[in-house]
Amino acid sequence: MLHHCALCHIDLDRISVRRGGQVLLQDVSMHIHCGQLTVLIGQNGAGKTTLIKALLGQIPHGGMIRHVDSHGLDIPHLRTGYVPQVLQFDREMPLTVQDYLAASMTKRPVWTGVGKKTREKVRQALADVDAAELADRPLGRCSGGELQRVLLALALQPAPDLLVLDEPVSGIDRNGLRMFLDTLINLRQTRHMAILLVSHDLRFVREYADHVVLLEKSVLTQGTPGEVFASPEFASVFGTGEEEADD
Amino acid sequence: MDGIYSILNAILPLEAYQFTFMKNALLAVLLLTPLLGLLGTMAVNHQMAFFSDALGHSALTGIGLGIILGLRNDLLAMLIFGVVWAIMICLIKQSGSASTDTIISVFSSTSIAAGLLILARGGQFAKYSSLLIGDILAVAPQDLLYLLIALAVTVVLWVILYNALLVTSVDPFLARSRGIPTRLIECGFVVLVALAVMLSIRWVGVMLINALLILPAAAGRNLAKTSRGHAGWSVGIALVSGLAGLTASYYLDTSAGATIVLVSAVFYAASLLIRSIRK
Repeated sequence: MLHHCALCHIDLDRISVRRGGQVLLQDVSMHIHCGQLTVLIGQNGAGKTTLIKALLGQIPHGGMIRHVDSHGLDIPHLRTGYVPQVLQFDREMPLTVQDYLAASMTKRPVWTGVGKKTREKVRQALADVDAAELADRPLGRCSGGELQRVLLALALQPAPDLLVLDEPVSGIDRNGLRMFLDTLINLRQTRHMAILLVSHDLRFVREYADHVVLLEKSVLTQGTPGEVFASPEFASVFGTGEEEADD
Repeated sequence: MDGIYSILNAILPLEAYQFTFMKNALLAVLLLTPLLGLLGTMAVNHQMAFFSDALGHSALTGIGLGIILGLRNDLLAMLIFGVVWAIMICLIKQSGSASTDTIISVFSSTSIAAGLLILARGGQFAKYSSLLIGDILAVAPQDLLYLLIALAVTVVLWVILYNALLVTSVDPFLARSRGIPTRLIECGFVVLVALAVMLSIRWVGVMLINALLILPAAAGRNLAKTSRGHAGWSVGIALVSGLAGLTASYYLDTSAGATIVLVSAVFYAASLLIRSIRK
């Protein structure tokens, strides 16, 4: 079930990013397979967020990003969904979760209200991430974990080929974190999408990841969690402990 | 216009509205206040109160440059300059070269100084001092037509831009990742605010225009929980303040613009009280 389209993937080929004469990323090559949870780990300043920005087309980069189907053919458009680390916004803004999702999903301006069809679409999107009860909640009144679910629901509309999460679990308690990751694993299985997650919680990486990439401006090593965690490159970056990485 | 005047006579059988200039002022209020109330919601959400204030000040420079360039139409000069000024502030702000309030402050003080320099040459400023406080009682039917067109254009653009602006105001990076051209959308919005401010300034005045844009939206924000509620409260408060302020100014023999703003301020104070009681 998990790997039945293992050949469908996003191919990052020698991605490089330079800014002001400084090298932020150098020849990063990796595959992000659909139906798999790929986790990006590395120290603070290793270039994880830069790589995500390049993937999302937000910064210029060298190298190629290709979306390849199970027959090895290029798919011209890569649809990405993105869940940021935090949402820094004005929490007093009069805006419900439903308003925010509806504004992102439809053209009808939400100051004229939210139509019945859109309301149902929003509720379904929230129900898919176990957050149906949040629809009428002001966005500013959501806890960290609830906000991440809302952002995940948003990232899944429309269904992306690649879901990118920039350490979406910081500031969430252990239970909330487990619930969030279980939802991700469920999505990976049911929707068969490629998921790229930045994480510093190495215990969870070991437990949940299918593929781990250790980044330090370029890829130091990649493979299964077992392979990466046993590698000398991992030991040189994190030591031998598996506590939360420093960021 | 006669048909509209008769309807107003029937709806408002007050002594104040027996005069044509008061009827025109009332119609201007009915067009201006919802326009500013609607735009104000996003100006408040984008924390642009200071920005719209600076735009109002730039009207002085617009007229001044219009005189130098030989433009006979003050409104056209203000509109052109206001839009150019707004786009410049927007582009410099997006370049991230200094903090937003610093940039706006530089633009604001420069435009006041340049405007005063040109308009006060040879002690002529008295001719333009009405711009500072506005004169809504001087509205003519032709001006009402301009305001009606402005309201219609604003509502159409507002329908097109609103959702993208709202998503951008929550998180610009996330909005960009969803394909929203956030920079273009933000500049589109400031141009819209510039047009609304310049069209209203002759009637409301440089000193008060920002209050009409910000106060109803700020009060609405204290009362609303949804985007629809925010727009509804803001437009409602703007309209009621406009009507009550204009009527009161006739009987109290006070400045119409200042009275309207003070009524809005009372609404804002009440909204703060209601908000603190709710909490």
